[in-house]
Amino acid sequence: MGNSYRIALAGNPNTGKSTLFNALTGLRQHTGNWAGKTVSLAQGNVQYKDKTFNLIDLPGTYSLFSNSSDEEVARNYIVFEKPDVTVVVLDATSLERNFNLALQVLEMTKNVIICINLIDVAEKQGITINERILTNRLGVPVIKISARNKKGFPMLLDTIDRIVTGAIECEPVQMTYSDDIEKQIKKIEPKVYELVGNQLSTRWVSLRLLDGDEKLLNEINQRFGQRRQHNEYSTVI
Amino acid sequence: MSIQQLYEEAQQLSSAKLRDDIVQQLYERSHHLCSEGINYTKSKRDTRTEKLDAIFTSPIFGFPIMLTMLGVLFYLTIAGANIPSSMLAEFFGSLENYLTAFFGFLNTPEWVHGVLVLGLYRGTTWVISVMLPPMAIFFPTFALLENYGYLPRVAFNMDRLFKRVGAHGKQSLTMAMGFGCNAAAVISTRIIESPRERMLAILTNNFVPCNGRWGTLIVLASLFMAANFTGGLKSLVTTGVIVGIVMFGIIVTFFVSWVLSKTALKGIPTHYTLELPPYRKPKIFDTVVRSSLTKSWSVLMRAVKVAAPAAILTWVFANIYIGDTSILMYAVEFLDPFGKLLGLDGYIMMAFILGLPANEIVLPILLMGYLSTGSLTEVDSLVDLKQIFLDHGWTWLTALNMMLFSLLHYPCGTTLLNIYKETKSKKWTFLAFLIPTVIAILVPLIITQTVRFFGWM
Repeated sequence: MGNSYRIALAGNPNTGKSTLFNALTGLRQHTGNWAGKTVSLAQGNVQYKDKTFNLIDLPGTYSLFSNSSDEEVARNYIVFEKPDVTVVVLDATSLERNFNLALQVLEMTKNVIICINLIDVAEKQGITINERILTNRLGVPVIKISARNKKGFPMLLDTIDRIVTGAIECEPVQMTYSDDIEKQIKKIEPKVYELVGNQLSTRWVSLRLLDGDEKLLNEINQRFGQRRQHNEYSTVI
Repeated sequence: MSIQQLYEEAQQLSSAKLRDDIVQQLYERSHHLCSEGINYTKSKRDTRTEKLDAIFTSPIFGFPIMLTMLGVLFYLTIAGANIPSSMLAEFFGSLENYLTAFFGFLNTPEWVHGVLVLGLYRGTTWVISVMLPPMAIFFPTFALLENYGYLPRVAFNMDRLFKRVGAHGKQSLTMAMGFGCNAAAVISTRIIESPRERMLAILTNNFVPCNGRWGTLIVLASLFMAANFTGGLKSLVTTGVIVGIVMFGIIVTFFVSWVLSKTALKGIPTHYTLELPPYRKPKIFDTVVRSSLTKSWSVLMRAVKVAAPAAILTWVFANIYIGDTSILMYAVEFLDPFGKLLGLDGYIMMAFILGLPANEIVLPILLMGYLSTGSLTEVDSLVDLKQIFLDHGWTWLTALNMMLFSLLHYPCGTTLLNIYKETKSKKWTFLAFLIPTVIAILVPLIITQTVRFFGWM
């Protein structure tokens, strides 16, 4: 199955993420277990053109600081399992709060689609969203949908298709923090690169280390520490 | 260089408020994005929620409104429960005469009648008459506030205070739950993600008086604190005292949280997002029916299940004599010196110890001990009740101390069991028992000794 791609769905709770998941996958769902953790995530397939998109429904979270186990699961999947595309589902009626999560995802991974759901409700409330400006500011595709009314699905699937084929290149615009924080990142980042290389976003890992994220530290230790040790042994031999 | 060393280096570079800065700057950018890419033409519904939030979560009006709401809620409960409570008590009292007559007709031995009617029947009906009416008013009213969307605003208002003592803002929601039942509230702390802050919420939840302690608090407040008032004013003063007691419980919660977060549970409160849903008109009928029927009923059944065996046990203890003193009296005499030190007495201490399974039965057991007739006694009016207390040397100080002890003492058996299930740790469960107990002993001790020292009593 060379034409199969993994698409992760992230988003705040109550944004219609699961509605979108169910509408797209229909009955072609099953739950899968992920390495090391006994957390099960719902998965389902969508056929599009000659490709199979394997959708993974991540737990709904408000942030990805790994405060709770839900946040940790979602965060670890995006960072370590590296889905081909991460779709961040936002609630059009409370974007100001929802963007917070989207910005965090943009720091972690490159291939992201911002999917603004509940667009029908937002229009009724007099909210108009200019997705072109947002695309321009964020550096990744921004798409408006209504999962309940199945509006905007062709556009979403086509965009996923064009990202996995490389027709669209995502260039997430990175958050710039205050000068203090930026200086600290600059000091740490080269050293992070020595450890993780291109495997993870070094900027993001630096920020997490500065924030004192011990859970991430353990996760990296488990996943990279062993590999490094292994390499050292083989060079000795 | 290992990642561990790098982590330590990063920690030295960064400051404690880094997370706050990150979150703040994320939100600033979100705000900036929204103002660029989104156009709001406000609809009516949005502005209504915003206008209400400006009042309910305002720095000036937020807290007074919260206190008023709390006061109104308690006033409705206290004033409204009076008449149905006494009606229920009368009904059960007259039914008891028939039961006694029936047992006489069957010619059963005296002890059968004693255990079943004077022990079991009186104990459980006492609990029902005292507890059911306040619950049937409190739960639906509270549920209405909850469904209207006010509770998240309470959490929002309280957040700053909780953060200052190192606890989580959502703790105010679990505390609100505690007004109903501490055992249920301990489970509800699952909404707090961070294990440290969750533990704080579990360990301090007991300082919110649950339904089982309401009966005790309301009866004592109206008998001794509002003694010189009548009618509507009496309910008002009683409410005032209860609000005061609740406030004191909240202050103790803050204090204990603060001490713990500086010692055994060190740490900085985590960042979290609290959703403030739009205000909705609740489905009044649905809410009232569901919360009165299901919630009140289940809490009551739990109380009855515990009260029934405890009532039987108390009756047995009070009626088995060694020499010319009952087992109950031995215990009372043993506990008396300690109780006196706290401005209480041996009967009260024993009632609290036997009341471990459920706080509801503390007052009935106490009355039973006082009357020494060997059973929970039906008291026809509150005047009779007060006379019993006065005959045993009660003053306002005794009442105050008992209310404080009831507010602060160890959680009931069910709550302790839930704490063990949730924390899976004997150590923390024991601490959840120890911390309140020490405070419940210290506070009345200090008050009593101070009052005696200055000769106010």
